[in-house]
Amino acid sequence: MSSIDWKSYTPTLIPNIKDYHKIDVYEKHGGYGALKKILKDPSAHTPESVTNAVKDSGLRGRGGAGFNTGLKWSFMPKPDGGPRYIAANGDESEPGTFKDRVIFEYNPHTFIEGSIIAAYAMSVSTVYVYIRGEYRSWIRMMEKAVSDAYEKGYLGKNILGSTFSVDMIVHSGAGAYICGEESSLMESLEGKRGYPRVKPPFPAQKGLWGRPTTINNIESLANVPLIMNKGSEWFKNIGASTHPGPLLYGISGHVNRPGVYEYPTGMLISELINDVALGVRGGKKVKAVIPGGSSTPPLRGDSLEGVRMDSDSLREAGSMLGTAGMCILDEDTDMVDFLWRVSHFYHHESCGQCTPCREGTGWLEKTLLKIKNGEGTTRDLDLLLDICGQMEGRTICALADAAAWPVRYTINRFRDEFEARVKNTVYALA
Amino acid sequence: MEKFEFTKEELAVIDEIIAKYPNPQPAVMPVLWMAQDKFGHVEPDVQKLVANTLGLPESHVHGVATFYTQYYKERKGKYVLDVCTSFSCQACGAYDTLHYIEDKLGIKAGDTTEDGMFSIQSVECLGACGYAPMMQITNDIYVNHLTKEKIDTVIEDLKKDKLPEFEPIPLVQNREIAQEK
Ligand SMILES: Cc1cc2nc3c(=O)[nH]c(=O)nc-3n(C[C@H](O)[C@H](O)[C@H](O)COP(=O)(O)O)c2cc1C
Ligand code: SF4
Ligand code: FES
Repeated sequence: MSSIDWKSYTPTLIPNIKDYHKIDVYEKHGGYGALKKILKDPSAHTPESVTNAVKDSGLRGRGGAGFNTGLKWSFMPKPDGGPRYIAANGDESEPGTFKDRVIFEYNPHTFIEGSIIAAYAMSVSTVYVYIRGEYRSWIRMMEKAVSDAYEKGYLGKNILGSTFSVDMIVHSGAGAYICGEESSLMESLEGKRGYPRVKPPFPAQKGLWGRPTTINNIESLANVPLIMNKGSEWFKNIGASTHPGPLLYGISGHVNRPGVYEYPTGMLISELINDVALGVRGGKKVKAVIPGGSSTPPLRGDSLEGVRMDSDSLREAGSMLGTAGMCILDEDTDMVDFLWRVSHFYHHESCGQCTPCREGTGWLEKTLLKIKNGEGTTRDLDLLLDICGQMEGRTICALADAAAWPVRYTINRFRDEFEARVKNTVYALA
Repeated sequence: MEKFEFTKEELAVIDEIIAKYPNPQPAVMPVLWMAQDKFGHVEPDVQKLVANTLGLPESHVHGVATFYTQYYKERKGKYVLDVCTSFSCQACGAYDTLHYIEDKLGIKAGDTTEDGMFSIQSVECLGACGYAPMMQITNDIYVNHLTKEKIDTVIEDLKKDKLPEFEPIPLVQNREIAQEK
C-alpha cells in the first residue's frame, strides 16, 4: 500500500506547460518571482533566512550523496570581499542517470533562478555550470537560456536594480565521468586534468582557485525556487519525511515505458515499475533493480516488497538512493555479464591516482571477464570480494567505493548465478 | 605540412572565453573544443597551437587533451558513431546494435572505414538510458531507440552529409508539451 498520493501529483519541476523553457513563458507563469520577491525586500529575506528556509525544507542533494542542501550552504565562511563560487554539477555521467538533461531541455530557468537565489544566500559572485561535453545540444540550450536571463536583467550587475550581482558561465566537460566528483570538477574547471583533491580542505574553505565554493547538483538547485515560492513546509510535506520533495526518477532497462518521471520521493519501487513504467516487458519477472545509478547495490527482484525510493528505506533494504536513476533487469538478464560491464566502466573511468582504485578496478574487470568467458574458478569469487575489501575506504575519492559496491553486492545477492559460471576449484591436499 | 592557425575572429572569441575565468588556464578546455570543431581533431600540432595561444606549456595542454576522451588525439572518420554499451543500454541490446553497425560498415569499434567516412566507438553511458539503444554522432546529435531500419537510414543519410534531426527528450508522463525549437 502506498501512503503517497502520487496519482494526483502535479509535476512542478517539469510542469505540464508548453514551451516552459522559453523565458517569456516561464515569466508568464510566475517564473523569477521568487528572485524578485527576495531582491525587492532583502531585509525580510536575508542570505541567512534564505539558507535556513532551504535547510528547513529538508531538501537533500540530488547528485548522489543526499546531503542537506541548506546545511551545505551554511558551511560557507563569512564573506571577506573576495570572489566566491558555486559550481553547478551537470556532469551526469553515472550510468543509469539521465535526469538533469530533462531540466536543461524543459525547464532551464528554474535551475537558473535557483542558482541565482543560492548565489544570493551564499554571497557568491560567479556560478559555473559544468555540463558533460556529450550534452552539446543541451549546452547550447543552457547558453541560450543564460543569455536570455542576462538580457532580462536576472544575471549580471545589480540584478533587478538591487545591490546584488552575479555572473553565470556555462562550461563544457569533454568526456570524463570522474569530473562529476566535486573536487575533480573543480580541477577540471581550473583547466587541468580532473584528478580529485584530497579532503580536507573542503570546497567551502578552499574550492575553485582557492576560494570558498559550493557544489550542487542541477536538480538540487532547480528545487530552490519552489521552496521559496511555496514555503519550506509545503516542500517538507511532499513524499518521504526524511527525504522530501519532488524527485526526477529515471527509469531504464526492461520496462514497457522507460523515461524520466517526476513524482514525490519515497515511491514504492513496485509501483514505479508496474504503474508508472507500465510493468516489465513481455510480462517477465524482475530479477534485479539498480535503484540509483550503477554504483548503488542491486536489489533482488524478490526482495522489493515495501521498499521505497528514499534513503532510509533503501538503506534498510541494502542499497542507496543515489541519483534515482533506476534500472530494471528482467529474469533473463545475465548478472555476470551485467557486472562485468559495470566493472569495465569503473576501470575505464578511474583517474589512476590511487593504487587501490587503479589496480583494483583493473583486477575486478579482468577477473569478471574471465568468469564471463567460463574460465573462472570459485576462488575467483572470493578474490573479487577480497579486492573490494582492499578498495573500499582507502582512496582519495569515492569512485573506488562506487566500483566495489556493485561487485560485492551483486556477488552476494546472486551468488548462485556466479557459481554456476565458474569451475569448482580443486584444492590440493596438504 | 598542414598548418594550424586561428583566425583573427577566432582569437577574439578566445579572448572572450578567457575573460570568463580568473586566469587563462581554464580556457584550455573550451579552446581545445574550438580547435577540434575547426580541425576535426587535436593532434599534437593542434595542442601546440592551443598552448601557444593561451600562453600555457605544451605539456599542460597535452595532459588535458589526453585526460578527456572526447578530444580526438588522432584523426577519426568524418562521422564518429558513439554507441553506448553501458549497462542500461547493454540490457536493451546495445551490443547487438553495435555489432550490426560494425558488420554494416565492415570495421570494429575503435576503427575507421578506409574511405575516412565513419569511425565506430563503444562508449560509456551518454545519459540517455531510457531511450536505449542509442548512439551519438561526432560528439553532437543523439539518436535514440535504434533499430536496424533506423541505423540504415541514418548511415545512408550521413553518406550524403545529412545529419539526423534533433530528437526532443520524450516525456512520457501524460504530457502534451512538445515544443518549438
Ligand atoms: C565518482 C563520483 C562521480 C560523481 N558524479 C556526479 C555527477 O555526475 N553529478 C552530480 O551531481 N554529482 C556527482 N557526484 C557527487 C558530487 O561529488 C557531489 O556530491 C554533488 O554534486 C553535490 O551536489 P548535491 O549535494 O546537490 O547532490 C559524484 C561523486 C563521485 C564520487
Ligand atoms: S579513488 Fe580512483 S578515481 Fe578517485 S582519486 Fe583515487 S584513483 Fe582517482
Ligand atoms: S546506459 Fe546507455 S545512455 Fe545510459
